[in-house]
Amino acid sequence: MIPAAFDYHAPESLSDALALLDQHGEDAKVLAGGMSLLPMLKIRLAQVGHLVDIGRIPGLEYAKEEGGFLKIGAATKEAALERSDLIRSKYPILLDTAAVIADPLVRNRATVGGNLAHGDPANDHPATMLALGASVVVRGPKGERAIPVDQFFRGLFTTALASNEILTEIRIPVPPARSGGAYLKLERKVGDFATAGAAAQVTLGAGGAIEKAGIGLTNAGPTPIKAVEAEKFLAGKRPDDQTLQEAGRLAARAASPSPDRRGAADYKREMARVLTVRALKAAIRRAGGPS
Amino acid sequence: MAPKTTAEVGGMGHAIKRKEDPRFIRGQGRYVDDITLPGMLYLDIVRSPYAHAKIKAIRTEQALKVPGVLAVITGETLAQYNLHWMPTLMSDTQMVLPTEKVMYQAQEVAGVIATSRYAAADGVDAVEVDYEPLPVVVDPFKALEPGAPVLRTDKKDKKDNRIFHWEVGDRAGTDRAFTEADVKVTQHIYLPRIHVASIETCGCVADFDRVRGKLTVYMTTQAPHAIRTVVALVAGHVGLSEEKIRIVSPDIGGGFGGKVPVYPGYVIAIAASVVTGHPVKWIEDRMENLQADSFARDYHIRAELAAKKDGTMTALRIKTVADHGYADAAANPSKFPAGLFSICTGSYGFKNAFAEVDGVYTNKPPGGIAYRCSFRVTEAVHTIERMADVLAQELKLDPADLRLKNFIPPEKFPYRSALGWEYDSGNYAGALKKAMEKIGYAQLRKEQAEKRKRGELMGIGISSFTEIVGAGPSKQFDILGIKMFDSCEIRVHPTGKATARFGTKSQGQGHETTYAQIVAEELGIPAAHVEVEEGDTDTAPYGLGTYASRSTPTAGAAGAMAARKIREKAKKIAAHLLEVGEEDLVWELGKFSVTGAPQKSKTIQEIAFAAYTNHPQGMEAGLEAVSYYDPPNLTFPFGSYICVVDIDRGTGEVKIRRFVAVDDCGNIINPMIVDGQIHGGLTMGMAPALLEEISYDENGNIQGGSFMDYLLPTAVETPKWETDKTVTPSPHHPLGAKGVGESATVGAPPAIVNAVVDALAHLGVRHIDIPITPEKVWRILKEKGVAE
Amino acid sequence: MAMHKITVTVNGTAHSAEVESRFLLVHFIREVLGLTGTHIGCDTTHCGACTVLLDGEPVKSCTVLAVQAHGRRVMTVEGLERDGKLDPIQEGFMQEHGLQCGFCTPGMMMTGHALLRRTKNPSEAEIRQAISGNLCRCTGYVNIVKAVQYAAAKQQ
Repeated sequence: MIPAAFDYHAPESLSDALALLDQHGEDAKVLAGGMSLLPMLKIRLAQVGHLVDIGRIPGLEYAKEEGGFLKIGAATKEAALERSDLIRSKYPILLDTAAVIADPLVRNRATVGGNLAHGDPANDHPATMLALGASVVVRGPKGERAIPVDQFFRGLFTTALASNEILTEIRIPVPPARSGGAYLKLERKVGDFATAGAAAQVTLGAGGAIEKAGIGLTNAGPTPIKAVEAEKFLAGKRPDDQTLQEAGRLAARAASPSPDRRGAADYKREMARVLTVRALKAAIRRAGGPS
Repeated sequence: MAPKTTAEVGGMGHAIKRKEDPRFIRGQGRYVDDITLPGMLYLDIVRSPYAHAKIKAIRTEQALKVPGVLAVITGETLAQYNLHWMPTLMSDTQMVLPTEKVMYQAQEVAGVIATSRYAAADGVDAVEVDYEPLPVVVDPFKALEPGAPVLRTDKKDKKDNRIFHWEVGDRAGTDRAFTEADVKVTQHIYLPRIHVASIETCGCVADFDRVRGKLTVYMTTQAPHAIRTVVALVAGHVGLSEEKIRIVSPDIGGGFGGKVPVYPGYVIAIAASVVTGHPVKWIEDRMENLQADSFARDYHIRAELAAKKDGTMTALRIKTVADHGYADAAANPSKFPAGLFSICTGSYGFKNAFAEVDGVYTNKPPGGIAYRCSFRVTEAVHTIERMADVLAQELKLDPADLRLKNFIPPEKFPYRSALGWEYDSGNYAGALKKAMEKIGYAQLRKEQAEKRKRGELMGIGISSFTEIVGAGPSKQFDILGIKMFDSCEIRVHPTGKATARFGTKSQGQGHETTYAQIVAEELGIPAAHVEVEEGDTDTAPYGLGTYASRSTPTAGAAGAMAARKIREKAKKIAAHLLEVGEEDLVWELGKFSVTGAPQKSKTIQEIAFAAYTNHPQGMEAGLEAVSYYDPPNLTFPFGSYICVVDIDRGTGEVKIRRFVAVDDCGNIINPMIVDGQIHGGLTMGMAPALLEEISYDENGNIQGGSFMDYLLPTAVETPKWETDKTVTPSPHHPLGAKGVGESATVGAPPAIVNAVVDALAHLGVRHIDIPITPEKVWRILKEKGVAE
Repeated sequence: MAMHKITVTVNGTAHSAEVESRFLLVHFIREVLGLTGTHIGCDTTHCGACTVLLDGEPVKSCTVLAVQAHGRRVMTVEGLERDGKLDPIQEGFMQEHGLQCGFCTPGMMMTGHALLRRTKNPSEAEIRQAISGNLCRCTGYVNIVKAVQYAAAKQQ
C-alpha cells in the first residue's frame, strides 16, 4: 500500500511550521505521530499536497504541573505518558486512557495532541479530556489561544483548529483533593477502536457526596460526547448504586452512536451506560470514596 | 514411548531444536518479497468496486502517462492468448482478467506493470473503468430460488446457480431411524466466511528467460508441483511446456490452505514476464489478500440428531448449502466436492447417517478452501460436537457422560463409519477422561452451580473430535486427476551425510527438522546430518504438497519407505563388507551387526562410504532411493478439549479462563513441534469462534476487509493453552504417526461455543453461531433479562 | 516531486540515500539497504511484522516515512547478533520454539528485545501486553512468551 505523492516538510521551529501551513492552506496537513494520518494516506482515503512534520520542533514533549494545571505538550508520545511518574502517581485516568490506545508499538509514535486534533470520535483522549475539563492551546498566525475541549470538537474529523493553526499543549486543571478518575474502553481486541468508552472524573465533598463529576464518552456519536446531564445530576448526590445507575442512563441518553462492525446503535448506547457506571465507581474508589 | 535413538542421532520422539531457526532468527529467511532480480518490474492490480457489473470501458491513457508505468494488461490483452480464463482446482473456471463483467467486489480488472511498486500503485490509481452495475446475488438461498439471476452466463447451458449436489449415506435408512427415534433434535448452524490471513500475503516473481524459453516462478505456494502442472495446462498452448517451467516455493510465511489455489495475480505476472521479457514481481497487500483470495467455510448447515431416551445416538441427518462465491475454487480432492465433510459422524457409533451438500454461486470471491483444516473437516466437527451438546441439553444429561456413552470403543477399531470411512485407531474415552482430570471437571461443575445461584455466568464446553487427514489413497483421492501420493528422495553421500527431498512444502511446520528426524530414525544418520529440501520443482520429486495435515501421513511415510529401501541396499553392502550372508545381519541404531557377534558390525556411515568406494561387484554404486507413497488409508487423529469461560453480564464479553487440550496424533516425531502446532491450531480455532468473520452487505460490499475489522487475536486475547496427549499409533502408517497441524483448529471452536452455550443453558439458550461477539451474547442476556 | 537527502544510522552504520517524501521506512530498509529481515504483513499498522527500533523504541516501519528517520538510529533484526554472538532474545526464540513460519519473528524479537531493555524481569501479563502490537498466526503466543522469559533469565 503506497500513498500518493506529497511534499514533506520538517520545520525546526513552530513559527516555520506555521508559515508553511499558512503558505499551503488547505493543501497542507500537520504530521505528528502519523499513526492515523499515514494509514489514511496509504489506503488513499486521504490525499494531501504537503505534510508539515512537527516532530522535529523542540519543546513540544512534556507532562508537568505548572500554575494549577497539568500541561502536556502536544507532541508527547502516548508511551511517554504511560511511563511518566507524574501521570502514574496522580492521573491514573490518563494512564488508563493512554494504555488502551491502539497497541504498544503505535503508542511509541502516536501523540496526545494528534489523538485530539484528528477529531475522530473513536479516539480515546477526547472523552478523558472532556471529563477532566481540559483546554487545548493552539498557535496560529495571530498568536496563541486556548480552547476548552468541550468547544473543540465540531463534527466528524472536524475541530475548531484552523488549517493554519497547530495544537501545542493540553491544559488540565489540577484536580482538588478527594478527586479521582477512570477511563474504561470496551474493545474487540487490542488495537481496535472502542465499541464504547467512558471517562469519569469525580471530586468528593467532605461529607462524601459528589461535589463535581465530569463524564466523557468515546465513539458514541459523530463527535466525542460530554454527558452534561449526567454530570449535573451527580452534583451534590451521594454516590450510591441507584444514583450511579441513573447517571449511567443519563449518559447513555447523550449518546447517538452509529452502527458498525462493533455493534448496533442500541448495544453501543447500552455499553456507554454500563461503562459509565463502572468508570464512575472506579473514579469514586480512586477519590477515596466507598468502593 | 521413549525414543529409540540417542539424543545425538535425534530420531523420533526427540524434541530437537529446529534446523530452520538459525536463519529465521537472524532475519535471513528468504520469502518471496525478499527476491530481487535484475531488471525486475512490478505488477499492481486494479480491482472492482462493484460486486457484479458489466465492464463498459477500461481507459489506460492516463495510467500510461504515469512515470515508470510501462504497460496495462486487461482481459482483452490476455484474450489474445486465450489466457483470460483459467481452471480452478475443482475443474470449474475462473477469470484471470475480465473481458465482459466482474463477479465480486475486489475482483482483478487490470494489471499495471511499472518499474517500481510506487509507480505501479500510481498507475492503478490512474486507470479509469466504466462499470454498469448488475443485480447482486449475495444470499445463497436466494441464489437457488427460481428466477434468481443466473450468474455464470459464461457457461452456455447453465440455467441456475447450483454448482453441485452431493450426498452420502443411506437416506432411507436414516429417515427410518428418525421415525423410530425417541428423541430428535434439530439445529441450524452457520459457519461464516473466514480467511486464513497468514502474516505473509501471497505473491510471486515470474521470470521468463526468452533465450532458454524457461519460466521460473518464485511463488508463495503450498503445492509447487501441482502448480507447475496447472501452469503447463493453462499456458501450454502459448509455448510454456512443463519441462521448461520451474516453480520455486521459497520460505513461506504461513499458508493454512490459502496458498494452495492459483490466483489471477500469479497468472498476470507470468503473462507480463513472458510479454516484457523482464522478471515481474507481484505482492498483494493485506486488503487484497482478505478481499480477493480464497475464503474458507460459508456453510449453512441444518443438522438433525436422533437418539434413544437414554442418550444413545442412533442417526444423523445433515443438509447444507455451501456458498462458493462466483466459482468453485476450493482445493478438495476431485471426487469430494464437499471435502471430507462426511466425517460428520465424529467420534460416535452411529448406525445411520445421511448428509447432503449443495454448492451455490454468489457474487462473492471464489473459494471454499480450508482454514488450517483438512477439507471441510472443521465444518463436520463443529456440527457433530454442537449437536452432541444440543442432545445432552435436551435430555438433561451431562455432555461428558453423553459422549462417553456414545464413543466408538477402542476394541472396535479399525471402525467402519456409517458414511464409509475406516477409522484407523482411537481411544476417545481415554482422551476425554484425561482432559476431565486435568481440568478438574467435577469441581468446575460444582463451581458453576454455586455461581449460577449468585447470578454469575460461567460455562464448561467439551469437544471430542475425530479428524480425517493425510489424503490420500489413490483409488479415491486426486486433484485434477493427479493422484494424491507424496514423495521422498534420499541420497546418502559417501561421508555418511544425506540429502532428502520431498514433494511437500513447509510453511512453518518444521519439515526440515521432522523429516530429518524420520531419516535419522530409519537410518541412524544424525538428524543434524540430514539436509531436507522442498519446494523447487527442478530438484524435488513430484508431490501434491502440504495442506490437510498430509505431510507426515504421506511424505513422512515416503521418507520412511525411501530410507527402508536404502537400508535394504545397505544390508547387501554390509554383508559384502562383513563377508556374511544378509540373513546373518541385524539392524540396530544405525548399524548392521552379525547375529551372535555384535562386535562385528558396520555403521551406516561406513556402509555409505563403501557404497561409493567398495561396493559389491554387480551392484550399482551409490546409496539413494525414491519413494512415491500411496497411503493405504487416511489417518484419524483425535482429541478431547475442555474450555472454561466466564461471561461479563454487562458487556457480553466472553473470557476463556482455561483451555485444556488432550491430543492424540499417534506416534510423535518431535514433541516440541507437536506442541507448537497445537498451540497455533488452538489459536486459529479460537479466532473464528470469537473474532473473525467476513460478511457482505446486500450490495456485495465486503465487511471486514482489512485488519481493522478482520480481527486476528493478539497475545492478550489468546489464553495460555494447556496441552497434554495420549498416544494411539496409526496401524497402517509406517511410523505409526497421524498428522497434527490442524487438529486443534478443528477441535477448538465447538469447545468454545459449547462453553458459552453452557454458561447460558439454564436460561434456555441452545445455540449461538460463531463468531460469538460480545454484542451477540449481550443480546441474549438482554432478552433473558439478565443483562447488567 | 520533492526528493530528500537522508542519512539514517542502521545497525550502527550511517546510510545515505535520496528518497521521495512518501517513501516508507520499511522500503528504505528492505529495498535500499537490502535488509530483508524486516517484513511487511498488513500495511495498516496492525501486524507488526515490520517492527524496527527507532532511537531504541519499537515502531512499525510501514507507517514511518523514511525521511522521518533522517538523522536517527534504526536497529533491525540484522543488528541483534553482535560479533557472532546471538542476542538472548534470538536464543530464546530458538530454544523455546517461539517461531514457526518465521515471518512475524523479526518484528516480534525486536519488540521483545526492547521490552527487556526497559523491564528486566517482565511478568507474563507484561510480556503479552508488550507484544500485543505484533501478530503471530502460527504459535499461539505460548512459546513466544516463553522465549522472552528465557531471554530475561539469560540476561539476569
